[in-house]
Amino acid sequence: MDPHLLAAAAPITSTSGGEALTFWIIAPIAVLGALGMVLAKNAVHGALLLVANLFCVAVCYLLQDAPFLGFVQIVVYTGAIMVLFLFVLMLIGVDSTESLVETLRGQRLAATVLGLGFAGLLVFPLGKVIKGQPAAGVADVNKAGGGNIHAIARLLFTDYVFAFEAVSALLVIAAVGAMILTHRERTGPKPSQRETLRRRIESGAVLTPVPGPGVYARADSADQRPALPGGSNGLVGGAPSELGPGGGAAGGRGDDAGAGDAGDGKAPSGPVPATGPGAAGGAAPVGAGKGSGL
Amino acid sequence: MNPGNYLVLSGLLFAIGAVGVLVRRNAIVVFMCVELMLNAVNLSLVTFSRIQGNLEGQVIAFFVMVVAAAEVVIGLAIILTIFRTRRSASVDDVNLLKY
Repeated sequence: MDPHLLAAAAPITSTSGGEALTFWIIAPIAVLGALGMVLAKNAVHGALLLVANLFCVAVCYLLQDAPFLGFVQIVVYTGAIMVLFLFVLMLIGVDSTESLVETLRGQRLAATVLGLGFAGLLVFPLGKVIKGQPAAGVADVNKAGGGNIHAIARLLFTDYVFAFEAVSALLVIAAVGAMILTHRERTGPKPSQRETLRRRIESGAVLTPVPGPGVYARADSADQRPALPGGSNGLVGGAPSELGPGGGAAGGRGDDAGAGDAGDGKAPSGPVPATGPGAAGGAAPVGAGKGSGL
Repeated sequence: MNPGNYLVLSGLLFAIGAVGVLVRRNAIVVFMCVELMLNAVNLSLVTFSRIQGNLEGQVIAFFVMVVAAAEVVIGLAIILTIFRTRRSASVDDVNLLKY
């Protein structure tokens, strides 16, 4: 930059009150977001906390006269990249729990202690050195270049044009590489609709739509009776049966008995201790021809 | 407030990201911690740009962002491929080359 511009720019030793206030609001949120991301059990919560942290860093860029980087940070990082992260999280499954087994014994504790020491090494000497250090500020450079975006564009397309081209090639290679890495060749022929349906019928799954939750009926068809309070549908062996025309009252009693234990065919409320489906028929008569004991 | 306070914030964020990389086992969370470290360095670059009074630092931060975007794309594709073959996103399970 021009030497006379540098001389004209008054060095900043203390920022404006508004910037300081914003910084002291934003900085704790950024640190808490980062800590939350490291400590969060659920990876999706971690991703959202990282979004908060990246947003705070974007605000820091805006505070420091770097509006271009600030908005690129919001659009690219908190927008595109974090959405990519969430996509992959959902593909892999958010319920994948983290193992608590340490491959290296005491690694977590050692890492935490060393990390704290590293933070201390970074922060405390830095804090001592920066005390009262003047900063030139980029407001004048921005103004001289016709705005922050114009000034950065001029630098990008003059001094750094080869780096810019190399980086664009890198982006294209990364996109193609991601496609190659995630592409899967189909080893067999694609199953047709007919084959899919046949497989479904052969597997014995429910073909009709199942009733919604909270409905006692197990199927939507009219020949299926709804379940009794005990949970069974009053049938032995799951075979559908109909009550005879004359056996309404008795059949009702049989239903109650069947609600208790329909599986073994016993009817405790009957006068005769019954042992089988045929014997139970005496106590609770059902429709003629339908020999299912109730 | 001194402008250098941004450097302190950046150092804190970098240290937190480093601890996360060392402590966490989920590959995606490890990757997010790497992103946090990259961002901390970006913040320090922007702050240095302001202290020095020229825009080179901002340009370098821009390049770091582009490289980080490319790195995220490839890294997530690798994590996805490993998950497909091994049914796991834990960094401890990827140890075939060890033996």
